Amino acid sequence: MASKKNININLKIWRQKNGNVKGQLVDYKLDNVSTDSSFLEMLDQLNEQLVSQKQEPVAFDHDCREGICGSCSLFINGRAHGPDTGITTCQLHMRMFKDGDTIYVEPWRSRAFPIIKDLVVDRSAFDRIQQAGGFVSVNTSGRTIDANTIPVPKENADKAFEAAACIGCGACVATCKNGSAMLFVGAKVSQYALLPQGKVEATQRVMNMVRQMDEEGFGNCTNTGACEIECPKGISLENIARMNREYLKASLK
Amino acid sequence: MAKSALLKSSIAKKYWMALTGLFLCLFLVGHLLGNLQLIFSDAKHFNDYALFMTTNPAVKILSYLTYISIIFHAVDGILLTVQNKAARPVGYAKVNASASSSLASRNMAVLGTLILVFIVTHMANFWARMHFDENMPIVVKEINGGMGGKQRVAVGTKESPNPYFQIDENGRFGTKILEDIKTQSMGQYDLAVRDLTTVYNKKDGEVIFIGQKDLYKITIDLFKDKKWGMAATGLYVLAMLVLAFHLLHGFQSAFQSMGVTSRKLTPIIKTFGTAFAILVPALFAAIPVYIHFFLK
Ligand code: HEM
Ligand code: SF4
Ligand code: FES
Repeated sequence: MASKKNININLKIWRQKNGNVKGQLVDYKLDNVSTDSSFLEMLDQLNEQLVSQKQEPVAFDHDCREGICGSCSLFINGRAHGPDTGITTCQLHMRMFKDGDTIYVEPWRSRAFPIIKDLVVDRSAFDRIQQAGGFVSVNTSGRTIDANTIPVPKENADKAFEAAACIGCGACVATCKNGSAMLFVGAKVSQYALLPQGKVEATQRVMNMVRQMDEEGFGNCTNTGACEIECPKGISLENIARMNREYLKASLK
Repeated sequence: MAKSALLKSSIAKKYWMALTGLFLCLFLVGHLLGNLQLIFSDAKHFNDYALFMTTNPAVKILSYLTYISIIFHAVDGILLTVQNKAARPVGYAKVNASASSSLASRNMAVLGTLILVFIVTHMANFWARMHFDENMPIVVKEINGGMGGKQRVAVGTKESPNPYFQIDENGRFGTKILEDIKTQSMGQYDLAVRDLTTVYNKKDGEVIFIGQKDLYKITIDLFKDKKWGMAATGLYVLAMLVLAFHLLHGFQSAFQSMGVTSRKLTPIIKTFGTAFAILVPALFAAIPVYIHFFLK
């Protein structure tokens, strides 16, 4: 079937000047959107239209546009990164939409991710959680040992690698009805807990990262599993369970 | 630090939710086995069981643990829910939640609150009556030597000046008769009632007969009531449906919260949890349905 190559869409986009003022959804009509374009290219097209009409373009976050940086934080039609699975917004294509569709575009909603402008939120809460313990301390005096000299069971190496695939995009927080960051923190805790290099600081790491997570104002996980479904990198709930185990071990010490 | 963390942190709250939730699941099994006697046993055995449950010291400890669990679980659950709401002060205009999570998992607090309402009603209907109701029907458990017939205990006759009272064909004597007994004080008998259940002669301390609270009767009466029996049965079934949804998500969730997961274990926990969440509430619900519709 020859599905229409170009579609006309209606957009409802969150506009907000800055974090101190109220924002609202604003309606836009955009014609002739190629179904081959990505969602971000569609927004570029809208912004060109807005600029030519001497209006303020829509601010949205983006960087790599190939699914690895995690910047493109958009909540589209009620879902983090829109109606497709295992992808970031930059990997979402307009072929997922039909001619005449109304598309809601909203920023991540979380107390811990304040809005900077329009669709751009401040995700530095994640950075602070990382700084609280998401690292291993290595002596870099010039006599560093190659990491591969310490044997790691294949299964653990694989699981650590899977956990390390987290790009810190925040889709888990955005989609979670509780605004919980436990998938992110679970992935970061697991990534180290599974490796011998990470064991050394395991106790402080999980205590500090969870404390920071709570202080940032994220909610509490109720195991709905929504994060796992919407995570572009397929981070599994198993990582939250591992963090919970690590936390119990650490708190009993 | 570790100590306060085990009470205050997000993850610690989840441990407590899980532990209390699973303890309540154990409680459900015990309670269910007791209730099933309403179908598979008779009035006498059910009442004996009820007496055991209200007097045995081990059961007492378990029951206090259960009260504490319910209170802790409810308070912690509401606290978590309030925090979770606060974590998203501005909501989305459009949310497609069903794309990524189940209805039950998203409504644990609502389901839990409904369960709490049910528990309070349930305790008012049965527990409070069992413990405090002066009008609780009493059934004869033991008749002391010589004065009792099978269906009748006569310490005297209407004509003679001795106290007289009669027990109905099921061995019940009820509060009305207890009132009569209290006012009958004649001849060699000065009858009095102890603990709502025991009739004795004040003059020599001799126990005339021992009664037992008839929980069986008030249960049957509630669900067979001409006016309210259908409503009571319906609401009970509805409450069990709510419980089923709470457990459908909750059972497996508790293991995830405690970090008890593995490639082998998790599928077993999930399957068992689903079976538990359907079977236990269904069996609970079957009892009032049986009483209302089938019990003669
Ligand atoms: C017989 C009664 C009950 C049983 C067997 C039960 C069982 C459970 C279980 C096993 C969980 C999962 C725990 C976890 O995810 O770690 C749970 C969660 C929950 N329960 Fe209950 N529950 C009962 C009554 C209640 C009541 C009365 C409330 C009161 C408001 C309640 C509120 C909640 C909430 C809000 C959650 C989700 C908490 C979370 O995941 O953070 N429950 N319940
Ligand atoms: S766990 Fe997944 S959804 Fe959450 S920040 Fe990492 S990559 Fe994004
Ligand atoms: S822009 Fe980098 S992941 Fe989308």
